[in-house]
Amino acid sequence: MRYFAYKFSSFLMTFILVSVIIFFVFQMLPGNPAHIILGLDADEQQIRNLEIELGLDRPLPERYFDWVTGIFQGDMGESLRYQLPVADIIQDRLPVTLSLTVLSLLLTVVIGLPLGLYIAQKDGKWTSIVLSILTQLGISIPSFWFGFMLILLFGVVLSLFPTYGYVPWSESFFGALKSFFLPSLAIAISNIAVVIRYLRNTILDQAKMDYVRTAQCKGLSEKAIMYGHILRNGLIPILTILGLTIADTLGGSIIIENVFALPGLGNLLIQSITSRDFPLVQTMILYLSIIVVTINFIVDLLYRLVDPRIRSKG
Amino acid sequence: MMTKPKSIPLFIGISLVVTISITMLISFFYTPYDPNEIHSASRLSSPSAEHLFGTDNFGRDILSRIMEGSQTAFLTGFSAVSIGLTVGLVIGACAGYFEGWLDELLMRFVDALLAFPGILLAIMLVSVFEPGMGSTIVALGIMSIPTFARIIRGSIIQYKKFDFVQASIAKGAGSLRIIFRHLLPNITSPILVAASLSFSGSVLAESGLSYLGLGVQPPDPSWGRMLKEAQPYITSAPWYVITTGLVITLMVLGFNLLGDGIRDSNDNRA
Repeated sequence: MRYFAYKFSSFLMTFILVSVIIFFVFQMLPGNPAHIILGLDADEQQIRNLEIELGLDRPLPERYFDWVTGIFQGDMGESLRYQLPVADIIQDRLPVTLSLTVLSLLLTVVIGLPLGLYIAQKDGKWTSIVLSILTQLGISIPSFWFGFMLILLFGVVLSLFPTYGYVPWSESFFGALKSFFLPSLAIAISNIAVVIRYLRNTILDQAKMDYVRTAQCKGLSEKAIMYGHILRNGLIPILTILGLTIADTLGGSIIIENVFALPGLGNLLIQSITSRDFPLVQTMILYLSIIVVTINFIVDLLYRLVDPRIRSKG
Repeated sequence: MMTKPKSIPLFIGISLVVTISITMLISFFYTPYDPNEIHSASRLSSPSAEHLFGTDNFGRDILSRIMEGSQTAFLTGFSAVSIGLTVGLVIGACAGYFEGWLDELLMRFVDALLAFPGILLAIMLVSVFEPGMGSTIVALGIMSIPTFARIIRGSIIQYKKFDFVQASIAKGAGSLRIIFRHLLPNITSPILVAASLSFSGSVLAESGLSYLGLGVQPPDPSWGRMLKEAQPYITSAPWYVITTGLVITLMVLGFNLLGDGIRDSNDNRA
């Protein structure tokens, strides 16, 4: 319980700091939103009126407090460009980003785990060298460029997948799956490489442990040792890696949505920055960061649930 | 055999870094063509003996543009690492040396910076300032603070327990002296590893930001920006995207292998 209280308070602290940082950064904008909305030729009185309307005349801490509490009450303010509540716009775009993230995580697990397990059992000097270069390559490739290459290979040369555009799930399940496949793969590639590297290191480390030698001595087969002992211990840290992966995937979709012209949050974010729609940008950035902070918190708790050793340490 | 198999990745990393560095240095004196010279007659011509990497949509020589772009990549990478290392050093050293509430406060701040997924932190910072090379560098520098702060804090806590440090504390040496004379010299190799990895991370992030149009702005050359310009010609001139992206990948790979290699060779010694 004390552990939970500590974790929860540090989660809260991180959340407050994140929101303060975002609020502070957007206060540094040259000119205030009233200037941006009205443009250059507005007169002083107009600007003053709009400032009062938007609440810009109130002290900073009060405005910060209103902004943060608003988020939890579903009132995220209004977009300058769309003249719509930010909450509605985000809700509209969320399914695309969510689909990308989930599909990409799925690909990471489905490709990364079995491949990692298979490779981890191949112990040899040359395998490990080739592997470390290949996985490092996977980490080094810019995801958006890898997206280009996928477009070139699967979309143009083989014409298996659509290269641009988006089919909603409600329209056609397979159509949607097809339109999300290449972008998800582009995001997943570096995560797959990370999972493989991590899995291999963990398994090689575990294989040196005493309990493995004990198992060998009592005559257990290699398979039984691997699946019954090593993996049970090795898979726990993988949880943390997958937790980190969610943040990376979310971050990756910001760029990838722009490569494949998918109407998600990342696409909206860049458009809003270009059109200087700052209320929308500010809230979206907080929104995306809250998701990550919350997921990290949940993974932390799960981690403890899965591994009794951490639980007893508390 | 000359090199041990284990050091092959490090060897490849060093070769890549050296090759690209030399190309970057050469680009100050010589590029095959003027990177900005427009030849409308030879638009989008495929790679040939004349234009090794082909030409772009304005007939500009892609190789020359990539060479010039390497200056931007090195400059942003180097400056971002310098900012991240300096600020990260102050934060990490204070947190690790003094511990207690200061440590808790500083590390929560570092955690908060880490809560921004991917390049979102950099996107936020450049969106508020005027986009360009300067704001890109500052944004990437801030983005790399957490890595340095965490590594330096961890190593300082680890080394503080050693007798030689305890002895100088007992002798009454000042905190600054202990940090700079006794602690930092012992942790240069983890810092070097972090610097190498965050250099490659910055190059990668800069190309992403510039691709989105939020990073380096013309006339400053940038690989990410080239990829943005190349995207519409992905089918008609695939060499444009392929060569440019390949160079980014090789540079990032080089610094990643270098960082990893330094770490591995230190592990073996210990």
